[in-house]
Amino acid sequence: MSTPAIELINVSRKFVTPTGSTVLALKNLSLTVAEGEFCAIVGPTGCGKSTTLGMITGLSPPSSGTVKVFGREVRGIDPNIGFVFQSDAVFPWKNVLDNIAAGPLYRGMQKDEARHKAMDWVQRVGLKGFEHHYPHQLSGGMKKRVALAQTFINEPKILLMDEPFSALDVQTRALMQEELLGLWSEHKASVVFVTHDIEEALTLADRVLILTKGPAVVKQTYDVPFARPRNVLEARHTPEFIELSRKIWTDLRDEVTF
Amino acid sequence: MNQPNQALSDEDKANMAKIRARKWLVISLRVAFAVVFLSGWEISARVGWLDPFFFAQPSLIYDQLVTWVVDGTSQGPLWNELLVTLEETVIGFFIGSALGIVFGIFLGRNKLASDVFSLYIKMANAIPRIVLGSIFIIMFGLGMGSKIALAVVMVFFVVFGNAFQGVVEADRNLIANAYILGATKRQVTMTVILPSAMTWILASLHVSFGFALVGAVVGEFLGSRHGIGLLIATAQGSFNAAGVFAAMVVLAIAAMGAEYLITMLEDRILKWRPAQFVEHGSN
Repeated sequence: MSTPAIELINVSRKFVTPTGSTVLALKNLSLTVAEGEFCAIVGPTGCGKSTTLGMITGLSPPSSGTVKVFGREVRGIDPNIGFVFQSDAVFPWKNVLDNIAAGPLYRGMQKDEARHKAMDWVQRVGLKGFEHHYPHQLSGGMKKRVALAQTFINEPKILLMDEPFSALDVQTRALMQEELLGLWSEHKASVVFVTHDIEEALTLADRVLILTKGPAVVKQTYDVPFARPRNVLEARHTPEFIELSRKIWTDLRDEVTF
Repeated sequence: MNQPNQALSDEDKANMAKIRARKWLVISLRVAFAVVFLSGWEISARVGWLDPFFFAQPSLIYDQLVTWVVDGTSQGPLWNELLVTLEETVIGFFIGSALGIVFGIFLGRNKLASDVFSLYIKMANAIPRIVLGSIFIIMFGLGMGSKIALAVVMVFFVVFGNAFQGVVEADRNLIANAYILGATKRQVTMTVILPSAMTWILASLHVSFGFALVGAVVGEFLGSRHGIGLLIATAQGSFNAAGVFAAMVVLAIAAMGAEYLITMLEDRILKWRPAQFVEHGSN
């Protein structure tokens, strides 16, 4: 078996409050994501899903344990990683084109070249005609498209997504899921997709991990057998889908009841 | 909303008429207020309810302004005096704002430095800084230097405080996003921190221009050879209330001009902000 794209080995993460007491967010969590695998993480609110993603980026290192990306231990921010945030993280003072061009520019690409490349991505996410609009002039779905293009333009080998579509309405969410699957299928990055929406997890992922309530450990892993390419709108009505989603629900219910 | 001009519906026309009508209402009420206020003052002075010796009266203030404009002041032409004061104000404003922005962003980005220095900055801010004017006159003499220094001190803390706050309030997600997209710390400061602090900084510039003016005028007041502040001091010395008011009018006009320029700058820099919609049905 080749080196997994992401490896978390016995990681724990503590937070120190200003009063000096520590809160344990993750305890001895281990998980691996294979290269090109789309992995969804589902768990109760506040169980440390976002913390897990933060550790993979290198923005917040674990208190103990090891995080490896392509076999190497994470130190600092890995340029192979792309991250799509839950809330709007597009720069409100840059227009669509400059927002998308931000990554290449930060990485030292010439301005003309970066703009040219960004223009290409503007078209790919269907925002042609809006390249000079500012984010406040766009709808929630369009802003997400900008965020996706902004991340995908860097061609990340690892894609981390923190409940990226949770703020969107149901129809827009389905459209964005389709968009995401389309973009993803071109290069097949390894994805860790955090969500609280079981249907979303089953629609998108190859594998769904269920976390327990904090401090979180992996409670259960489900392989999602549906063939790709998937139809986002129709997949969820098949009996297999409903059966799997019911199982996951039962697992989760034990975690959310107090 | 984006329909072409020729296709204005009746509702659009009605709305535009409404907006125009309201604009005129505001302007005419403003004029009415000025007329009532000034004529009330003038009449009260003439009838004897207000003593013009203490309270002056609009016609005397106007006469004083005309004299200054036509014959010049006791210190020289009015324009020269105003120019001196404005020069001190503007130079002090620029130096003070620049220092405030640089220090605000530096301390905002550096937790240790901000923890160490915040105490001293609070202390310095609590002192009525205007008393430093006396020290500056001893240090820099009666020339422009002492007034500029006072204006700088007046402006610095306001801009510093806002720049610092702006940095602290910068969206964590945006910063994280920039880092992950590949930005260096310097790039994050220049392309994320600075633009998001800009809203705060520009808001402080409105107030701080006024503060710079206060610094310059008070500096002149304390000791100088030129400037509007000296004009006020001279008028005070000769119990010329109209002279004090006239100098105030000159300063007010200058400050309004500066305010206009700052608003223009703000609109240019912050053009990415959402436009304000007129609430429907509100008057």
